[in-house]
Amino acid sequence: MFGLGVLKGMMVTLRNFLGSYFSKERLTTVQFPEERIPEKERFRNFPFLVYDKTPEDPRCVSCDICAKECPPKCITIVRDSDSAGKPLKRPKSFDIDFSICMNCGICEEVCPFDAIFMDHEFELAQYGRFEDLNYHKEKLLKSNDYFKKIRPTDAARIDQKRAAKAPKA
Amino acid sequence: METLDQVFVLMKRAMLHAAETFLPDEAIVFLSILISVTAICIFGPLTMMYLTLLERKFVGRIQNRYGPNRVGKWGLLQPIADGIKMLTKEDVVPTPADKFAHLLAPIVIVIPALLVFAVIPFGRGMTAVNLSIGLLFFLALSSTTTIWIFVAAWASRNKFSLLGGMRSVAQMISYEIPMVLSVVPVLLAVGSFSTEAIVEAQAHGKWFILTPWGIVGFLLFFLTGVAEVNRTPFDLPEGESEIVAGFHTEYSGMKFALFYMAEFMNSFTISAIVATVYLGGWHGPFLPSWLWLLAKSYLLILVMMWFRGTLPRFRVDQLMGFAWKFLLPLALLNILAAGLWVEFPFPKNYLFSGLAVAGSVFILYAANAPEMPRKRTYRYADE
Repeated sequence: MFGLGVLKGMMVTLRNFLGSYFSKERLTTVQFPEERIPEKERFRNFPFLVYDKTPEDPRCVSCDICAKECPPKCITIVRDSDSAGKPLKRPKSFDIDFSICMNCGICEEVCPFDAIFMDHEFELAQYGRFEDLNYHKEKLLKSNDYFKKIRPTDAARIDQKRAAKAPKA
Repeated sequence: METLDQVFVLMKRAMLHAAETFLPDEAIVFLSILISVTAICIFGPLTMMYLTLLERKFVGRIQNRYGPNRVGKWGLLQPIADGIKMLTKEDVVPTPADKFAHLLAPIVIVIPALLVFAVIPFGRGMTAVNLSIGLLFFLALSSTTTIWIFVAAWASRNKFSLLGGMRSVAQMISYEIPMVLSVVPVLLAVGSFSTEAIVEAQAHGKWFILTPWGIVGFLLFFLTGVAEVNRTPFDLPEGESEIVAGFHTEYSGMKFALFYMAEFMNSFTISAIVATVYLGGWHGPFLPSWLWLLAKSYLLILVMMWFRGTLPRFRVDQLMGFAWKFLLPLALLNILAAGLWVEFPFPKNYLFSGLAVAGSVFILYAANAPEMPRKRTYRYADE
């Protein structure tokens, strides 16, 4: 009998329409800027640099390994030097172009000094097309406390490793 | 209660009284017309704006989404934002298009959509023009929309547009016949084309939908009306999956919005007329009469949106088959049922007309039953 399928289909849509007002399972939309889903700990986005005490003294020694390993070559590091021209173990400038970065996380894996890690920050929209997404050292440097907050498991592991190394040095 | 019921009529009367003090009698006539026309010209597009929002919200909820809710509280300013967007968009006209017709079609298509508002009885004494041929006026004007759809399709010089336009014309020709025939039972019962007389005949809860022929007539009129305004599942002229966007492929910006305006105003007027003809018009207890008509027409519009959220588009042959093989004979048989209802005294008329309706629906179902191929059984050689 034709027409019956139409009525069945209309009952399905009616159930969905009414259900969306009562059941949370049906209306799964998260109204983003006001409501947020808590971030997963192992979520990774763009890299940032870690400092222990002050931003003037980052863990990075500007060894340039991450810049060499970076597949899209988005990291640019310039080594600092003292007044006599002797190179120092810290970067003068450290730029990551987020418009080029592909979020692979290789920089985090290769860093022998545990200085660079993947961040949870994802609201990075900018009006400018080129310079606005080229993040400089000042914006990239974040404290170890922040790292502990966003990725407690990894941060604890790294801290343990660094503490075990420290007395020998 | 009485004042609330007549609030718009009284407002108009007060305005005319105020004008009488300084205007001559001839001007008062014009002013009276002007007030009604202005009211319709504001009400029509305003209804259209909020119908778009209602549709997006309703279909959104059917798909378990919120629908627009960012612009203003509950997205109430969304239609205004859309309007601004439409007005500031680039107006693209194809080079080989017939420029004049391309411009004319979307403008003129709004006119019949607005004109039919004139014969809708919005409430007690609230018909803008009480024409003696009101229903005929509505049927005639609402079908002229198709001409402008075809003009738009032709002027675009686009094969997809033209296909959409031709589908629209074919559809109109098929559905216009059962549509006109589906209101004939009401004319039999009332004896007048005037929409006010039709509403008057349904006073004291004697809505025509409560009669056997009324149920069928209501369904026929509503379905053919949905087909007439090219809404899902009858939206073949703009079948996105087949012919890009049909007749409005080459339209952008405000011209495109005007097509939508015509479509939504037509949906509103068709719902209002269906409510007038079969659902008792503005009759109803407790609430003011105009609120009753609005409630009934919005209910029908919600059903249209419900269709849109549920049903996929017809195939062309299904569309034609449905009109010619099912709706048309049913409309004709329904006239017979209504004749029986009018002719016989009270208890008998419901019986006879009910039997006629049930019989005709049964016969048409049987005649239209789809042919299912019989299940084949295979015999093997060694059996």
